[in-house]
Amino acid sequence: MGAASPIPASGALLLQQKNPSLRVSLLHRRKGNPFTEGSRELFDLAGQGRIDVFFLGGAQIDGEANLNLVRADGRRFPGSFGSAFMYSVVKKTILFREEHSPRVLVPKVEFISARGDPAALVTGKALFSWQKDKRRWALESLHDPGDIRAETGFSFDSVDTVPTTPSPSAQDLALLRGPVAKAIAADYPDFAKRVWGIN
Amino acid sequence: MTPRELAQAIPDGALLALPPDYSLPAMAVVRALIVQKKRNLRLLGVPVLGLCADLLIGAGCVAEVESSAVSLGEAGLAPRFSEAAEKGEIVVRDATCPAVHTALQAAEKGVPFMPLRGVLGSDLIENRPDWQVSQNPFSEGEDPILFVPAIAPDIALFHARWADEAGNVWVGRRRELATIAHAAKQTLVTFEESKPGNMLEDELLAPGVISAAYISAAAPAKRGAWPLGMPEVYDIDDAHLALYAGAARTRKGFQRYLDEFICIPEKSSSPASSRA
Repeated sequence: MGAASPIPASGALLLQQKNPSLRVSLLHRRKGNPFTEGSRELFDLAGQGRIDVFFLGGAQIDGEANLNLVRADGRRFPGSFGSAFMYSVVKKTILFREEHSPRVLVPKVEFISARGDPAALVTGKALFSWQKDKRRWALESLHDPGDIRAETGFSFDSVDTVPTTPSPSAQDLALLRGPVAKAIAADYPDFAKRVWGIN
Repeated sequence: MTPRELAQAIPDGALLALPPDYSLPAMAVVRALIVQKKRNLRLLGVPVLGLCADLLIGAGCVAEVESSAVSLGEAGLAPRFSEAAEKGEIVVRDATCPAVHTALQAAEKGVPFMPLRGVLGSDLIENRPDWQVSQNPFSEGEDPILFVPAIAPDIALFHARWADEAGNVWVGRRRELATIAHAAKQTLVTFEESKPGNMLEDELLAPGVISAAYISAAAPAKRGAWPLGMPEVYDIDDAHLALYAGAARTRKGFQRYLDEFICIPEKSSSPASSRA
Protein backbone atom coordinates (compact mmCIF):
# COMPACT_ATOMS: atom_id res chain seq x y z
CA MET A 1 0.00 0.00 0.00
CA GLY A 2 1.39 3.39 -0.91
CA ALA A 3 0.60 6.89 0.31
CA ALA A 4 -2.91 7.95 1.32
CA SER A 5 -4.47 4.54 0.65
CA PRO A 6 -6.75 3.63 3.56
CA ILE A 7 -9.47 2.20 1.32
CA PRO A 8 -7.38 -0.44 -0.48
CA ALA A 9 -5.49 -1.02 2.77
CA SER A 10 -8.83 -1.90 4.41
CA GLY A 11 -9.65 -4.25 1.55
CA ALA A 12 -6.28 -5.96 1.74
CA LEU A 13 -6.46 -6.32 5.53
CA LEU A 14 -9.95 -7.83 5.19
CA LEU A 15 -8.55 -10.42 2.79
CA GLN A 16 -5.68 -11.05 5.17
CA GLN A 17 -8.14 -11.73 8.01
CA LYS A 18 -9.53 -14.59 5.93
CA ASN A 19 -6.17 -15.63 4.45
CA PRO A 20 -3.46 -15.05 7.05
CA SER A 21 -0.60 -16.06 4.72
CA LEU A 22 -1.16 -12.90 2.63
CA ARG A 23 1.62 -10.33 3.15
CA VAL A 24 0.29 -6.77 3.31
CA SER A 25 2.85 -3.97 3.58
CA LEU A 26 1.65 -0.49 4.42
CA LEU A 27 4.25 2.09 3.41
CA HIS A 28 3.24 4.59 6.06
CA ARG A 29 2.63 2.33 9.04
CA ARG A 30 3.43 4.38 12.09
CA LYS A 31 4.35 1.34 14.21
CA GLY A 32 5.90 -1.90 13.00
CA ASN A 33 6.74 -0.46 9.59
CA PRO A 34 7.78 -3.42 7.42
CA PHE A 35 10.59 -1.57 5.65
CA THR A 36 14.13 -1.29 6.99
CA GLU A 37 15.83 0.62 4.18
CA GLY A 38 13.70 3.77 4.29
CA SER A 39 11.29 5.01 1.69
CA ARG A 40 13.25 3.81 -1.33
CA GLU A 41 12.65 0.16 -0.40
CA LEU A 42 9.08 -0.04 -1.71
CA PHE A 43 10.30 1.00 -5.17
CA ASP A 44 13.33 -1.28 -5.08
CA LEU A 45 11.01 -4.19 -4.20
CA ALA A 46 8.77 -3.33 -7.14
CA GLY A 47 11.77 -3.06 -9.46
CA GLN A 48 12.86 -6.55 -8.32
CA GLY A 49 9.43 -7.91 -9.27
CA ARG A 50 8.54 -8.79 -5.68
CA ILE A 51 5.28 -6.83 -5.48
CA ASP A 52 2.27 -8.75 -6.77
CA VAL A 53 -0.45 -6.12 -6.38
CA PHE A 54 -0.37 -2.34 -5.95
CA PHE A 55 -3.13 0.25 -5.77
CA LEU A 56 -3.13 3.70 -7.35
CA GLY A 57 -5.55 6.59 -7.48
CA GLY A 58 -5.44 9.98 -9.09
CA ALA A 59 -7.07 13.37 -9.19
CA GLN A 60 -8.09 12.38 -12.73
CA ILE A 61 -8.36 8.98 -14.42
CA ASP A 62 -9.15 8.83 -18.14
CA GLY A 63 -10.58 6.48 -20.72
CA GLU A 64 -7.09 5.18 -21.56
CA ALA A 65 -6.37 4.44 -17.89
CA ASN A 66 -3.90 7.31 -17.60
CA LEU A 67 -3.51 8.91 -14.17
CA ASN A 68 -3.14 12.63 -13.46
CA LEU A 69 -1.88 13.74 -10.04
CA VAL A 70 -0.26 17.01 -11.13
CA ARG A 71 -2.61 19.64 -12.59
CA ALA A 72 -5.93 20.33 -14.30
CA ASP A 73 -8.03 23.41 -15.04
CA GLY A 74 -5.48 25.71 -13.46
CA ARG A 75 -5.51 23.71 -10.21
CA ARG A 76 -2.40 22.14 -8.76
CA PHE A 77 -2.62 18.64 -7.19
CA PRO A 78 -0.06 17.17 -4.77
CA GLY A 79 2.10 15.40 -7.35
CA SER A 80 2.69 12.02 -8.89
CA PHE A 81 4.22 10.28 -5.84
CA GLY A 82 5.64 6.97 -7.09
CA SER A 83 2.91 6.37 -9.65
CA ALA A 84 5.01 7.02 -12.75
CA PHE A 85 7.20 4.12 -11.72
CA MET A 86 4.83 1.73 -9.92
CA TYR A 87 2.16 1.76 -12.63
CA SER A 88 4.57 0.47 -15.27
CA VAL A 89 6.65 -1.85 -13.10
CA VAL A 90 4.17 -3.73 -10.86
CA LYS A 91 2.48 -6.72 -12.52
CA LYS A 92 -1.02 -6.00 -11.24
CA THR A 93 -2.23 -2.50 -10.46
CA ILE A 94 -5.76 -1.78 -9.31
CA LEU A 95 -6.98 1.80 -9.67
CA PHE A 96 -9.33 3.19 -7.06
CA ARG A 97 -11.21 6.43 -6.44
CA GLU A 98 -14.07 6.95 -4.02
CA GLU A 99 -15.48 9.92 -5.98
CA HIS A 100 -17.17 8.82 -9.22
CA SER A 101 -17.87 11.99 -11.21
CA PRO A 102 -17.11 13.63 -14.57
CA ARG A 103 -14.58 15.78 -12.70
CA VAL A 104 -12.52 12.71 -11.81
CA LEU A 105 -13.30 10.28 -14.65
CA VAL A 106 -12.39 12.32 -17.72
CA PRO A 107 -12.13 11.50 -21.41
CA LYS A 108 -8.46 12.56 -21.50
CA VAL A 109 -6.24 13.74 -18.65
CA GLU A 110 -4.55 17.11 -18.96
CA PHE A 111 -1.26 15.69 -17.66
CA ILE A 112 -0.16 12.05 -17.66
CA SER A 113 1.53 11.31 -14.34
CA ALA A 114 1.52 7.60 -15.11
CA ARG A 115 0.58 5.34 -18.00
CA GLY A 116 0.01 1.61 -17.68
CA ASP A 117 -2.35 -1.34 -18.07
CA PRO A 118 -4.35 -1.81 -14.88
CA ALA A 119 -6.30 -4.85 -13.75
CA ALA A 120 -9.40 -2.92 -12.69
CA LEU A 121 -10.85 0.39 -11.56
CA VAL A 122 -13.00 0.53 -8.43
CA THR A 123 -15.00 3.66 -7.65
CA GLY A 124 -17.61 4.51 -5.04
CA LYS A 125 -20.24 3.59 -7.64
CA ALA A 126 -18.83 0.94 -9.94
CA LEU A 127 -16.29 -1.71 -10.90
CA PHE A 128 -14.60 -1.54 -14.32
CA SER A 129 -12.24 -4.03 -15.93
CA TRP A 130 -9.55 -3.00 -18.40
CA GLN A 131 -9.50 -4.31 -21.96
CA LYS A 132 -5.80 -4.23 -22.75
CA ASP A 133 -6.04 -4.89 -26.51
CA LYS A 134 -8.79 -2.31 -27.05
CA ARG A 135 -7.34 0.12 -24.46
CA ARG A 136 -10.84 0.73 -23.18
CA TRP A 137 -12.76 0.28 -19.91
CA ALA A 138 -15.60 -2.26 -19.56
CA LEU A 139 -18.24 -1.81 -16.85
CA GLU A 140 -18.43 -4.99 -14.77
CA SER A 141 -20.91 -4.05 -12.04
CA LEU A 142 -22.66 -1.18 -10.32
CA HIS A 143 -22.83 -0.93 -6.54
CA ASP A 144 -26.39 0.41 -6.85
CA PRO A 145 -28.64 -0.17 -9.88
CA GLY A 146 -28.85 2.83 -12.21
CA ASP A 147 -27.06 4.49 -15.09
CA ILE A 148 -23.68 6.08 -14.54
CA ARG A 149 -22.99 7.31 -18.08
CA ALA A 150 -23.90 10.86 -17.08
CA GLU A 151 -21.44 10.72 -14.20
CA THR A 152 -18.62 9.13 -16.17
CA GLY A 153 -16.62 11.41 -18.43
CA PHE A 154 -14.98 8.62 -20.42
CA SER A 155 -16.80 6.23 -22.72
CA PHE A 156 -16.73 2.53 -21.89
CA ASP A 157 -18.14 -0.82 -23.02
CA SER A 158 -21.10 -2.25 -21.16
CA VAL A 159 -23.66 -5.08 -21.41
CA ASP A 160 -27.37 -4.13 -21.50
CA THR A 161 -28.16 -5.28 -17.96
CA VAL A 162 -25.27 -4.48 -15.70
CA PRO A 163 -24.97 -6.76 -12.66
CA THR A 164 -25.11 -5.27 -9.16
CA THR A 165 -21.91 -5.58 -7.15
CA PRO A 166 -22.49 -8.17 -4.40
CA SER A 167 -22.83 -6.58 -0.94
CA PRO A 168 -20.33 -7.58 1.72
CA SER A 169 -21.37 -10.59 3.79
CA ALA A 170 -22.26 -10.25 7.47
CA GLN A 171 -18.91 -11.87 8.30
CA ASP A 172 -17.01 -9.40 6.09
CA LEU A 173 -18.81 -6.46 7.67
CA ALA A 174 -17.97 -7.72 11.16
CA LEU A 175 -14.30 -8.11 10.20
CA LEU A 176 -14.19 -4.66 8.53
CA ARG A 177 -15.83 -2.93 11.48
CA GLY A 178 -13.77 -4.91 14.02
CA PRO A 179 -10.11 -5.90 13.56
CA VAL A 180 -9.62 -4.12 10.20
CA ALA A 181 -10.99 -0.79 11.50
CA LYS A 182 -8.73 -1.07 14.54
CA ALA A 183 -5.64 -1.74 12.40
CA ILE A 184 -6.43 1.09 9.98
CA ALA A 185 -7.08 3.55 12.82
CA ALA A 186 -3.44 3.23 13.91
CA ASP A 187 -2.20 4.73 10.63
CA TYR A 188 -5.20 6.66 9.34
CA PRO A 189 -6.86 8.11 12.45
CA ASP A 190 -8.94 10.71 10.57
CA PHE A 191 -10.22 8.13 8.07
CA ALA A 192 -11.11 5.65 10.81
CA LYS A 193 -12.98 8.34 12.73
CA ARG A 194 -14.93 9.44 9.63
CA VAL A 195 -15.82 5.95 8.41
CA TRP A 196 -16.21 3.91 11.58
CA GLY A 197 -16.47 6.56 14.29
CA ILE A 198 -13.31 5.25 15.97
CA ASN A 199 -11.48 7.74 18.18
CA MET B 1 25.21 24.79 18.66
CA THR B 2 21.55 25.78 18.47
CA PRO B 3 18.92 25.25 15.77
CA ARG B 4 19.14 28.99 15.10
CA GLU B 5 22.89 28.68 14.36
CA LEU B 6 22.26 25.71 12.04
CA ALA B 7 19.77 27.86 10.14
CA GLN B 8 22.31 30.66 9.90
CA ALA B 9 24.65 28.21 8.16
CA ILE B 10 22.12 27.73 5.34
CA PRO B 11 22.69 30.41 2.69
CA ASP B 12 20.03 32.02 0.48
CA GLY B 13 19.61 30.04 -2.73
CA ALA B 14 20.84 26.76 -1.22
CA LEU B 15 19.67 23.42 -2.64
CA LEU B 16 18.18 22.01 0.55
CA ALA B 17 17.27 18.32 0.81
CA LEU B 18 14.45 17.72 3.28
CA PRO B 19 12.79 14.49 4.44
CA PRO B 20 9.02 13.88 4.32
CA ASP B 21 6.80 14.49 7.33
CA TYR B 22 7.07 10.83 8.39
CA SER B 23 10.87 10.83 8.38
CA LEU B 24 12.13 13.24 11.05
CA PRO B 25 12.08 16.76 9.59
CA ALA B 26 14.09 19.34 11.58
CA MET B 27 11.14 21.60 12.36
CA ALA B 28 13.04 23.83 14.81
CA VAL B 29 15.52 24.74 12.07
CA VAL B 30 12.73 25.24 9.51
CA ARG B 31 11.08 27.74 11.86
CA ALA B 32 14.43 29.50 12.35
CA LEU B 33 14.88 29.73 8.55
CA ILE B 34 11.55 31.58 8.39
CA VAL B 35 12.46 33.93 11.25
CA GLN B 36 15.80 34.65 9.55
CA LYS B 37 13.93 35.49 6.31
CA LYS B 38 15.90 33.14 4.06
CA ARG B 39 15.27 33.67 0.36
CA ASN B 40 15.35 31.69 -2.91
CA LEU B 41 15.82 28.30 -1.29
CA ARG B 42 15.56 25.35 -3.67
CA LEU B 43 13.85 22.47 -1.88
CA LEU B 44 14.38 18.81 -2.75
CA GLY B 45 11.81 16.36 -1.37
CA VAL B 46 13.31 13.03 -0.35
CA PRO B 47 11.11 11.89 -2.00
CA VAL B 48 8.04 13.94 -0.96
CA LEU B 49 7.50 17.11 1.05
CA GLY B 50 4.94 18.20 3.60
CA LEU B 51 4.67 20.75 6.37
CA CYS B 52 8.27 22.08 6.09
CA ALA B 53 7.78 22.94 2.47
CA ASP B 54 4.34 24.51 2.92
CA LEU B 55 5.65 26.71 5.75
CA LEU B 56 8.77 27.81 3.86
CA ILE B 57 6.82 28.48 0.66
CA GLY B 58 4.13 30.43 2.49
CA ALA B 59 6.79 32.50 4.23
CA GLY B 60 8.36 33.48 0.90
CA CYS B 61 11.61 31.58 1.43
CA VAL B 62 11.42 29.32 -1.62
CA ALA B 63 12.17 29.85 -5.33
CA GLU B 64 12.01 26.25 -6.52
CA VAL B 65 10.71 22.85 -5.42
CA GLU B 66 11.75 19.49 -6.79
CA SER B 67 9.55 16.77 -5.33
CA SER B 68 7.39 13.76 -6.17
CA ALA B 69 4.57 15.38 -4.23
CA VAL B 70 3.83 18.09 -1.67
CA SER B 71 0.95 17.26 0.64
CA LEU B 72 -0.07 17.30 4.30
CA GLY B 73 -1.11 13.64 4.28
CA GLU B 74 -4.28 13.06 6.29
CA ALA B 75 -4.50 16.82 6.87
CA GLY B 76 -5.05 17.25 3.11
CA LEU B 77 -3.49 19.33 0.37
CA ALA B 78 -0.56 21.69 1.12
CA PRO B 79 -2.38 25.00 0.65
CA ARG B 80 0.54 27.44 0.39
CA PHE B 81 2.29 25.13 -2.09
CA SER B 82 -0.85 24.75 -4.20
CA GLU B 83 -1.46 28.50 -4.39
CA ALA B 84 2.19 29.35 -5.14
CA ALA B 85 2.32 26.69 -7.87
CA GLU B 86 -0.96 27.82 -9.42
CA LYS B 87 0.16 31.45 -9.49
CA GLY B 88 3.63 30.65 -10.84
CA GLU B 89 5.28 32.13 -7.73
CA ILE B 90 7.58 29.11 -7.43
CA VAL B 91 9.14 26.83 -10.03
CA VAL B 92 7.97 23.23 -9.54
CA ARG B 93 10.12 20.43 -10.97
CA ASP B 94 7.84 17.42 -10.74
CA ALA B 95 9.48 14.06 -10.12
CA THR B 96 8.41 10.58 -9.09
CA CYS B 97 9.69 9.00 -5.86
CA PRO B 98 12.20 6.44 -7.14
CA ALA B 99 13.70 9.00 -9.55
CA VAL B 100 14.66 11.18 -6.58
CA HIS B 101 16.11 8.23 -4.66
CA THR B 102 18.02 7.11 -7.76
CA ALA B 103 19.47 10.58 -8.42
CA LEU B 104 20.63 10.86 -4.80
CA GLN B 105 22.07 7.35 -4.90
CA ALA B 106 24.05 8.32 -8.01
CA ALA B 107 25.58 11.22 -6.05
CA GLU B 108 26.14 8.83 -3.15
CA LYS B 109 28.08 6.54 -5.52
CA GLY B 110 30.00 9.40 -7.08
CA VAL B 111 28.67 8.64 -10.57
CA PRO B 112 27.14 11.23 -12.91
CA PHE B 113 23.83 9.41 -13.54
CA MET B 114 21.88 6.23 -12.87
CA PRO B 115 19.17 4.40 -14.82
CA LEU B 116 15.65 3.62 -13.62
CA ARG B 117 13.00 1.32 -15.11
CA GLY B 118 9.42 2.37 -15.69
CA VAL B 119 8.32 6.04 -15.99
CA LEU B 120 8.29 5.88 -19.81
CA GLY B 121 4.97 7.18 -21.12
CA SER B 122 4.68 9.74 -18.30
CA ASP B 123 4.50 13.47 -19.12
CA LEU B 124 6.98 13.99 -16.28
CA ILE B 125 9.74 13.20 -18.76
CA GLU B 126 8.73 15.97 -21.18
CA ASN B 127 8.90 18.47 -18.35
CA ARG B 128 12.38 17.39 -17.24
CA PRO B 129 14.95 18.34 -19.91
CA ASP B 130 17.59 17.15 -17.43
CA TRP B 131 16.28 13.56 -17.65
CA GLN B 132 17.38 11.45 -20.64
CA VAL B 133 15.76 8.44 -22.28
CA SER B 134 18.32 6.33 -24.13
CA GLN B 135 18.97 2.82 -25.32
CA ASN B 136 20.07 0.40 -22.61
CA PRO B 137 23.72 -0.04 -23.69
CA PHE B 138 23.72 -3.68 -22.57
CA SER B 139 20.64 -4.77 -24.49
CA GLU B 140 20.78 -6.24 -28.00
CA GLY B 141 17.18 -5.39 -28.88
CA GLU B 142 15.43 -2.03 -28.63
CA ASP B 143 15.30 -1.24 -24.91
CA PRO B 144 14.82 2.40 -23.97
CA ILE B 145 15.49 3.29 -20.34
CA LEU B 146 15.36 6.45 -18.26
CA PHE B 147 18.63 8.01 -17.01
CA VAL B 148 18.52 10.56 -14.19
CA PRO B 149 21.46 12.85 -13.34
CA ALA B 150 23.05 12.75 -9.90
CA ILE B 151 21.76 15.29 -7.37
CA ALA B 152 24.23 16.54 -4.74
CA PRO B 153 22.28 18.86 -2.43
CA ASP B 154 24.12 21.81 -0.87
CA ILE B 155 22.58 20.95 2.50
CA ALA B 156 20.84 17.91 3.94
CA LEU B 157 18.73 18.85 6.98
CA PHE B 158 16.94 16.47 9.36
CA HIS B 159 16.26 15.55 12.97
CA ALA B 160 17.81 12.53 14.68
CA ARG B 161 16.97 10.59 17.84
CA TRP B 162 20.50 10.60 19.30
CA ALA B 163 23.86 12.24 18.78
CA ASP B 164 26.87 10.89 20.64
CA GLU B 165 30.14 12.30 21.92
CA ALA B 166 31.93 11.12 18.76
CA GLY B 167 29.58 13.19 16.55
CA ASN B 168 27.61 10.24 15.16
CA VAL B 169 23.83 10.50 14.89
CA TRP B 170 21.18 7.74 15.02
CA VAL B 171 18.16 7.75 12.68
CA GLY B 172 17.16 4.08 12.84
CA ARG B 173 15.51 2.70 9.74
CA ARG B 174 15.24 6.10 8.02
CA ARG B 175 17.99 5.22 5.55
CA GLU B 176 16.92 7.92 3.06
CA LEU B 177 18.46 10.30 5.59
CA ALA B 178 21.74 8.41 5.26
CA THR B 179 21.47 8.75 1.49
CA ILE B 180 21.14 12.52 1.64
CA ALA B 181 23.92 12.75 4.24
CA HIS B 182 26.16 10.85 1.82
CA ALA B 183 25.06 12.82 -1.26
CA ALA B 184 25.02 16.34 0.19
CA LYS B 185 27.93 18.72 0.50
CA GLN B 186 26.96 19.51 4.09
CA THR B 187 24.65 17.79 6.58
CA LEU B 188 23.02 19.70 9.44
CA VAL B 189 21.20 17.72 12.13
CA THR B 190 19.17 18.46 15.23
CA PHE B 191 18.89 15.70 17.79
CA GLU B 192 16.46 14.75 20.53
CA GLU B 193 18.94 13.44 23.12
CA SER B 194 22.67 13.02 23.70
CA LYS B 195 24.28 9.65 24.15
CA PRO B 196 27.64 9.20 25.86
CA GLY B 197 30.43 7.34 24.08
CA ASN B 198 30.38 6.09 20.49
CA MET B 199 27.27 4.37 19.07
CA LEU B 200 29.38 2.65 16.38
CA GLU B 201 30.80 0.42 19.14
CA ASP B 202 27.34 -1.03 19.80
CA GLU B 203 26.46 -3.66 17.17
CA LEU B 204 22.72 -3.19 17.74
CA LEU B 205 22.82 0.58 17.36
CA ALA B 206 25.38 0.82 14.57
CA PRO B 207 23.06 -0.13 11.65
CA GLY B 208 20.89 2.91 12.43
CA VAL B 209 23.82 5.31 12.73
CA ILE B 210 25.01 7.95 10.26
CA SER B 211 28.68 8.34 11.06
CA ALA B 212 30.26 11.61 12.18
CA ALA B 213 32.26 11.66 8.94
CA TYR B 214 29.11 12.88 7.16
CA ILE B 215 27.77 15.29 9.80
CA SER B 216 28.83 18.93 9.47
CA ALA B 217 27.09 20.22 12.58
CA ALA B 218 24.54 19.02 15.13
CA ALA B 219 22.37 20.89 17.66
CA PRO B 220 20.17 19.60 20.46
CA ALA B 221 16.41 20.22 20.00
CA LYS B 222 13.92 18.60 22.37
CA ARG B 223 10.71 17.74 20.46
CA GLY B 224 12.67 18.90 17.44
CA ALA B 225 10.33 17.25 14.94
CA TRP B 226 7.12 18.70 16.48
CA PRO B 227 4.37 18.84 15.19
CA LEU B 228 5.56 15.77 13.30
CA GLY B 229 6.45 12.72 15.33
CA MET B 230 9.45 10.74 16.43
CA PRO B 231 8.74 7.00 16.66
CA GLU B 232 8.59 5.73 20.25
CA VAL B 233 9.15 9.21 21.68
CA TYR B 234 6.18 11.36 20.62
CA ASP B 235 3.33 10.92 18.17
CA ILE B 236 2.42 13.10 15.20
CA ASP B 237 0.35 16.02 16.53
CA ASP B 238 -2.58 15.39 14.14
CA ALA B 239 -4.66 18.10 15.81
CA HIS B 240 -1.98 20.71 15.19
CA LEU B 241 -1.57 19.63 11.55
CA ALA B 242 -5.31 20.00 11.04
CA LEU B 243 -5.15 23.44 12.68
CA TYR B 244 -2.33 24.44 10.34
CA ALA B 245 -4.11 23.06 7.26
CA GLY B 246 -7.19 25.13 8.11
CA ALA B 247 -5.29 28.33 8.92
CA ALA B 248 -3.04 28.12 5.87
CA ARG B 249 -5.91 27.99 3.40
CA THR B 250 -5.69 31.79 3.17
CA ARG B 251 -2.66 34.10 3.27
CA LYS B 252 -4.19 35.97 6.22
CA GLY B 253 -4.75 32.74 8.15
CA PHE B 254 -1.23 31.62 7.32
CA GLN B 255 0.21 34.92 8.60
CA ARG B 256 -1.74 34.51 11.85
CA TYR B 257 -0.29 31.00 12.18
CA LEU B 258 3.23 32.39 11.65
CA ASP B 259 2.64 35.07 14.29
CA GLU B 260 1.39 32.55 16.81
CA PHE B 261 3.70 29.58 16.26
CA ILE B 262 6.79 30.69 14.35
CA CYS B 263 7.75 34.30 14.85
CA ILE B 264 7.52 34.39 18.62
CA PRO B 265 10.61 35.89 20.30
CA GLU B 266 13.00 33.36 21.80
CA LYS B 267 12.20 32.92 25.46
CA SER B 268 15.69 31.95 26.54
CA SER B 269 19.00 30.79 25.10
CA SER B 270 18.19 27.14 25.84
CA PRO B 271 17.06 25.44 22.64
CA ALA B 272 15.05 22.88 24.56
CA SER B 273 12.72 25.38 26.17
CA SER B 274 11.21 27.11 23.15
CA ARG B 275 8.59 25.50 20.93
CA ALA B 276 9.59 27.66 17.96
